[in-house]
Amino acid sequence: MIFEKVRDIIVEQLGVDPEEVTLDSKFIDDLGADSLDIVELIMALEEEFDMEIPDEDAEKISTVGDVVEYIKAHSKE
Amino acid sequence: MENLLKNKNILIMGVANKWSIAWGIAQSCLKAGANLIFTYQGERTRDAVQELVSGIPGALLYPCDVTSDQEIIDLFDNLKRNVGVLHGVVHSLAFAKKEELAGAYYNTSREGYLLAQNISAYSLVAVARHALPLMTEGGSIVTLTYIGGERAVPNYNVMGVAKAALECSVKYLAVDLGPHNIRVNAISAGPIKTIAARGVKNFSEMLKTYEEKVPLRRNVDQSDVGDTALFLLSHLSRGITGEVIHVDAGYHILG
Repeated sequence: MIFEKVRDIIVEQLGVDPEEVTLDSKFIDDLGADSLDIVELIMALEEEFDMEIPDEDAEKISTVGDVVEYIKAHSKE
Repeated sequence: MENLLKNKNILIMGVANKWSIAWGIAQSCLKAGANLIFTYQGERTRDAVQELVSGIPGALLYPCDVTSDQEIIDLFDNLKRNVGVLHGVVHSLAFAKKEELAGAYYNTSREGYLLAQNISAYSLVAVARHALPLMTEGGSIVTLTYIGGERAVPNYNVMGVAKAALECSVKYLAVDLGPHNIRVNAISAGPIKTIAARGVKNFSEMLKTYEEKVPLRRNVDQSDVGDTALFLLSHLSRGITGEVIHVDAGYHILG
């Protein structure tokens, strides 16, 4: 469920196909994101899941799986 | 409020995405009936801005990289042809290298210093010069600044120095343009979560401490700034020029 929501946000923000997005996908190497894309993605995730992702945590995120795990651990939902 | 900017042509520079302060200002202007013209910077933001702007009937969109004199000239040529008279300009753009928005200010490189000044401060001067011939019915120019241009705010560094130049430019431009009934003012906004702001180190912590300290006990958002920009663009503020208005929930009065 969280993965599907995260995938939809990634598809919208990065303009990639849904099939390209797996838990192992790396944002920069596999999905072609640059640093600004990642900041936008973090903002969109914060909005969707009503949470704060501090910079020091955001810096550690490199794969889609990292995001899903982070949201599972920190989301208020 | 519906008619405050009716039949007014307002140029909004600095929308990059839906979180941009410029986009918040656009929403306030729209509610007030303005005709909006937007610029985007570079191919990277074109699609995103185009998508946002496509939701606004009649809105125009042009490219403008403010480091290029030619692009500024082309923009105002387009405006002259397609819009004619300009009544307002919103200048909501700035840039500094991310690595220079952290640590010691003395580490700022010459190139980084000049880049921040070029995009964040000089651009207002160039835009004002080219807007002048189109503001034949008088007008209002509004730019965005931050208290880091008045005082030393940790990590804001080279951008603070650029904002100081910007605020001082507001005063000189206000003197130049006042006889043409063109007003020039700045909004000094409290920290707002935007893509640009997140480039400042420890920004999310800053938002938290702000909220606990400021008189209004809340952070400001894009709509707070948008409505103040609307005021500055409209005839309600006709007696105000060269001013910096703090939209910061009162932070700037604290000792």
